[in-house]
Amino acid sequence: MPDEAPLLRVRDLVTSFRTDSGTLRAVDQVSFEVPRATTVALVGESGSGKTVTALSILRLVSSPPGRIESGSVELEGRDLLQLPERDMRAVRGNQVSMIFQEPMTSLNPVYTAGWQIMEAVRLHQRKSRAQARARAVELLRLVGIPEPETNVDAYPHQLSGGQRQRVMIAMALACEPKLLLADEPTTALDVTIQAQILELLRDLQQRLSMSILLITHDLGVVAENARHVVVMYAGRVVESAPAKDLFARPMHPYTRGLLESIPRPEARAAGPVRRLKTIEGMVPDMRALPPGCRFADRCALRIDKCADEEPPLAPIEAAPERRSRCWRASEVSP
Amino acid sequence: MTEPKDLFQQPAKPPAAAPDREESIDPAGGDRPRTLAATERVAKYFPVESTWFGRKGRFVRAVDGVSLRVRRGETMGLVGESGCGKSTLGRLMLRLVDPTFGRVVYDGKDITHHSQRELRPLRRRMQIIFQDPYSSLNPRMTVREIVGEAIRVHRLAKTRADEETRIVDLLEHVGMRGDAMDRYPHEFSGGQRQRIGIARALAVEPEFIVCDEPISALDVSIQAQIVNLLVELQERLGLAYLFVSHDLKVVEHVSHRVAVMYLGKIVEQAPSETIYRQPRHPYTRALLAAVPQPDPERKRVRLVLEGDVPSPIDPPSGCAFHPRCPRAVKGTCDREVPRLEDAPQARGATGAGSHRVACWNPYVD
Repeated sequence: MPDEAPLLRVRDLVTSFRTDSGTLRAVDQVSFEVPRATTVALVGESGSGKTVTALSILRLVSSPPGRIESGSVELEGRDLLQLPERDMRAVRGNQVSMIFQEPMTSLNPVYTAGWQIMEAVRLHQRKSRAQARARAVELLRLVGIPEPETNVDAYPHQLSGGQRQRVMIAMALACEPKLLLADEPTTALDVTIQAQILELLRDLQQRLSMSILLITHDLGVVAENARHVVVMYAGRVVESAPAKDLFARPMHPYTRGLLESIPRPEARAAGPVRRLKTIEGMVPDMRALPPGCRFADRCALRIDKCADEEPPLAPIEAAPERRSRCWRASEVSP
Repeated sequence: MTEPKDLFQQPAKPPAAAPDREESIDPAGGDRPRTLAATERVAKYFPVESTWFGRKGRFVRAVDGVSLRVRRGETMGLVGESGCGKSTLGRLMLRLVDPTFGRVVYDGKDITHHSQRELRPLRRRMQIIFQDPYSSLNPRMTVREIVGEAIRVHRLAKTRADEETRIVDLLEHVGMRGDAMDRYPHEFSGGQRQRIGIARALAVEPEFIVCDEPISALDVSIQAQIVNLLVELQERLGLAYLFVSHDLKVVEHVSHRVAVMYLGKIVEQAPSETIYRQPRHPYTRALLAAVPQPDPERKRVRLVLEGDVPSPIDPPSGCAFHPRCPRAVKGTCDREVPRLEDAPQARGATGAGSHRVACWNPYVD
């Protein structure tokens, strides 16, 4: 059944950075899959390696200091890490595109929105200027920019934050990619605008049957948009599960801690302000990682074994779609 | 520093005097020490489009006639989207921005026209924690100097050793190791820089802190730590906070009362649990519905607001929210500005007068 094969399969990906005080592995043996026409969320805090993972998929890690050391990134069975740079350029934008968190810094301020979309179109498709412009207008309409015929000539500063993110999305969609890497696409936006953009992405996903790798730290955004969730911590995948299972019953202490640290409106009682549950401590220094589990010194379930031996990302019995990197995975959510 | 006088004439007219149902904030009005920081119909208009021949008389109405008070030891949450004026209002309360109209009152004293010198003794009592930990710390100063500066300016430590202990203490309070002292801001992550900013604000032991999006730049697990820290400090030191944020979940959690702003005005204000359980203003409701919930089984509420926040230079006529409002009444909402008045009460509700809404057609259920 060829259709059952995932669109993207990342295996044992290692990306490292050279720093003054040694080499650190920002992405360390990361494996996950993105099925067709599905949203998979990559969750983690800053420094967990989620953005570097996305950049590695597109081979956009700046080198030096970065280097993709090993592993494979298979898009429809073809390992992108083995492609010559010329072929890779055809993959970027055409089959895989990326949108970023800060639409103001990702758009070129001296060119109009339309010009930047036309550039994306003409780089990958043989189209005349007029055709490309028509396509730009069409794309702006698709992403919900009002009066696209006029706004195609607008400069980024003339657009609002939400509109700029729509232009970014229009650029990313110019060639109808199979996979969209969305790196914190709504983090810089207000909630009502965030709701619009997420709605737009869901709608576009259905219409274009595109897969989305949604990189975010907002578990609310994850819950409402992703079918599958991959949780990263200190360069490692620590848990991977279908969204509804993960939220109902996290099987890694870090995931559980993240979920518990969200303020829940329905639980807010009248009276004094309560404490939030927190994960004590800080992310370990990536240049001096402990030999055992990287979460161990923040973990309430820690046992002696955790400090000495890092657990593997192991499948959970009776839940074939789930994996957890914890010696006590079954005890996390009693 | 102060606005040119002509500013007072140029805008069409001062905001209409809304009937203020809350008690007077004048000390002469009686013994009411509960209010620590307050504004009375305060407005801030920023002139735009100046030409060679002077101002053309166009203004961004960042804050447009807002009365707000923060009581001792309480957290007043101030929510709204970017550009609604919430940060400007916070700065007005601290007199970091001079008001165009209205009054600013601190601890019973009208400080609207205080000079910088007169304000200086108050500066130790009121502090601010900024949103952007990148631009708010001097990159050439070590953490020791950043946190220690205020201690030295206000002479809060007798000896160098004393100062050092205080700095270490403060850093530990905000979850940082003492060995951070002699490092520079660029050596820290955004989250850690924000902690340094908080340590700096706490260094002078203030009683009122404007927290301007203090946790927006932090990771989820770190956000909870900082929120707890702020709550803990409040309980221990009796701090009052104006907690400015676009994150409704966190505002709800930390605030005793919440005010919702839209285009320079407060559209709804109530005790925290009331505003979240019985939002009356359509904007408040839309804001709440837009917050993604960490529950994949929950049905998404399709209440997506269309369009962007209009420009505060040319705010829409009548209620500024009416072009985006699902409940707008033609002929009323687009013509007349609603005042902040007592919200319709749910059956059996107590505390009349504490829930106020500025809407011609508020939700009643």
